[in-house]
Amino acid sequence: MSSESKHGAKFGTLDRRTAVAELLKDRGKLLLITGLGSSSYDAFAAGDHDANFYLWGAMGGAAMMGLGLALAQPDRPVCVLTGDGEQLMGLGALATIAVKKPANLTIVVLDNGHFGETGMQTSHSGFGVDIHRIAQAAGFAAVSDIRGMEEVAAYRRQLKLVSGGPRYATIRIAPGNPPRALPARDGVFLKNRVRQHLGLGVN
Amino acid sequence: MAKSTKKAAAADAGDRQDSVTWPAEIYRVLREAHVTQACYVPDAGHSKLIQLLHADPAIATTVLTTEEEGIALAAGAWLGGNRCVLLLQSSGVGNCINMLSLMATCRFPLLAIVTMRGEWAEFNPWQMAMGHATPAALELMGVKTMRVSAASEAAETVAAAAVLAFDGDQQMAVLLSQRMLGRKKWVEK
Repeated sequence: MSSESKHGAKFGTLDRRTAVAELLKDRGKLLLITGLGSSSYDAFAAGDHDANFYLWGAMGGAAMMGLGLALAQPDRPVCVLTGDGEQLMGLGALATIAVKKPANLTIVVLDNGHFGETGMQTSHSGFGVDIHRIAQAAGFAAVSDIRGMEEVAAYRRQLKLVSGGPRYATIRIAPGNPPRALPARDGVFLKNRVRQHLGLGVN
Repeated sequence: MAKSTKKAAAADAGDRQDSVTWPAEIYRVLREAHVTQACYVPDAGHSKLIQLLHADPAIATTVLTTEEEGIALAAGAWLGGNRCVLLLQSSGVGNCINMLSLMATCRFPLLAIVTMRGEWAEFNPWQMAMGHATPAALELMGVKTMRVSAASEAAETVAAAAVLAFDGDQQMAVLLSQRMLGRKKWVEK
């Protein structure tokens, strides 16, 4: 179903769970940060992994956390998977990342045009703000606006690159909340799990 | 401004620049603490330290649009095995409040160096509210504060805070007193 808001912005049609599972298939050495809410559930539903760090709060911080990780681990591909609402709270991060130019970082925004976690209120992207055009104007090296599942599958290759970034992609997903799939909420556990995966010590 | 007064102000500013050694001392201490990422929202009080960090190819410097970005950046850096310092002004502390929950919840180390405004010979009333609230706001969010009132204490305080942060898993903010930083000069030479 392709729906249109009263303000004319078209919502996506992709099933978010299928799209994220497709995106994270054969992920290789990918390190993943997920934004709070449905993006964390989608990544967990696609398969828990020691290299996943799920945010349950800190709204607006996912992309910047990805930048810090990407700078610290230049030989590993890093992906931030988040929602339109979460990224909208940290729009300045798109400017910061574009200036810093981390070659191994990809920001993927699952955009359904709504604040899904809080009652499906229409978000700014639902009212017509194109976040990928903001990323483009900021100076991201590569920007995509993905509307079909074949494009999602094709984009998977980009996620494994440690050069050519920073990349930004909007994936247009359908509004709607699939059943919740809840990853661990203990932040200290999640932190130390990623660090141990990277061979780093635990304080 | 009369020409002679201008000259005097320029000489005063020059003297101050030359005699100020604490930024270089803090820079040395950060290197000794194995800090390899630095992020900042610029402040006049931090300008010399920012220059030193930028000039060092071993340190990845990131200019932020708002201070809370630096909190999340520091968390990601630690996740990947790097140590990060955040440089900000007291007015930027308020921007960080919710993001500090990330550090408290996950027990991420934080080393922030805050230049204070609104507390000593401040002429801008807009700086007073956040300057006054800065120590309490940080403490409310679980960040421990250490005050530097004299330039001679700056380096050792940052060194101690770095150990507390990176070895002791604490969130630390070193507050550099406005009295030590000197009055902001509003009329250029």
